[in-house]
Amino acid sequence: MLEKEFRPKIVAFVCNWCTYAGADLTGTSRIKYSPDVKIIRFPCTGRIDFMLLLKAFANGADGVIVSGCHPNDCHYTSGNFHARRRWTMFRTLMNFMGLEMERFTFTWVSAAEGAKWADVVNETSEKIHAMGPYTAYRNVAREITEEES
Amino acid sequence: MKNLIEISKELLQSEQVKVVIGYAKGSANRVRPLFARDAAECEKLLFDARCVQNLAVYLYKREIAAMGKPAIVANIPTLRAILRLCAEKQLQEESLIAIACNNDNEAVVLKNMTEIEAFVQSQVIALSDKDRELLEKIKAMPQAERWAFWQKEFNKCIKCYACRQTCPLCYCTECTVEKNKPQWITVASTKLGNLEWHTMRTMHLAGRCISCGQCAEACPMNIPLHLLPMMLAEEIREIYGTMPGLHRDENCALSTYKPNDQENFIH
Repeated sequence: MLEKEFRPKIVAFVCNWCTYAGADLTGTSRIKYSPDVKIIRFPCTGRIDFMLLLKAFANGADGVIVSGCHPNDCHYTSGNFHARRRWTMFRTLMNFMGLEMERFTFTWVSAAEGAKWADVVNETSEKIHAMGPYTAYRNVAREITEEES
Repeated sequence: MKNLIEISKELLQSEQVKVVIGYAKGSANRVRPLFARDAAECEKLLFDARCVQNLAVYLYKREIAAMGKPAIVANIPTLRAILRLCAEKQLQEESLIAIACNNDNEAVVLKNMTEIEAFVQSQVIALSDKDRELLEKIKAMPQAERWAFWQKEFNKCIKCYACRQTCPLCYCTECTVEKNKPQWITVASTKLGNLEWHTMRTMHLAGRCISCGQCAEACPMNIPLHLLPMMLAEEIREIYGTMPGLHRDENCALSTYKPNDQENFIH
């Protein structure tokens, strides 16, 4: 029997005002990009709780993308500035705890950058495809010990 | 600490405070917290190298607050916790009197936040060699080894939340882990639940932790979990140049920002 080809599951956490509109532009511009990404829309990057990223991994994601407005472009003035500090600390902590940092992608994509969004998704998809499924985290979520897996 | 008992008695007798929170002899060569409400009880007060518990944790407890204005025997981490609590509007300028130990081992009375601030800033604050060594050791591990290390440590966790109870800065009356609609973090001490709890605890302390290390001290399973917020505190000091618990009106590093904050991972 042919082994089913691995398709990565990527969850994208995006802000409503820039990246979501940017992804919309990718579509209306008829730019084709990887279907591996599932987009979740948030009011602002400041609303993207760090725990949501971990919840994505626990529920079977192999990679996450976090994207919002460029600095100084936030609809609410400072949401992305606060988010930037939080992500810096979250990444440091995740790295310290030994998570695979290549599975986290952080970008700024504006509402005018439809082409950039397609590039971001395609690059992430390729990268995660090469890395394979995130079994280490999934085993933790499923209470499987290293020996059993 | 010289004069500790005399000063405590004096504070109580002159009615400047209603209770002195300090340390007294406990069982098996350990010390325990003491809440002295009269001069006779003050005789039991002591202060030595064993007195590491952060007594600031009692300051906002309802039962203690009901006793009236407190004086608190405070080591440096306790003073820093007090300043941090003041910055977070949990304590006011003159809501307590601190009895600190100066470099000559004498008791000093600090009557308000301004005096506490000046005292803390005159002290040298640094991580212990042991903690720094451990931090460096973990940082130097390859990624898979770090993961295995923390998984092994987290798997010991029994979710007793002693780390939260002993932390002077974990003062929310209702914690996210006790919320169950929806259940954000599982109650049982599962692998995932443990990982998520320690991540959340650390992130909620980012920019606020004053590195007293009491979370690990209280941990019945001996998880070195103080290293997590301590590592972030070091990182914050390096990147943003701020340290919590030095000023009575400081901002938390994560509740403020600079438009030109630097990072190297957002593309």
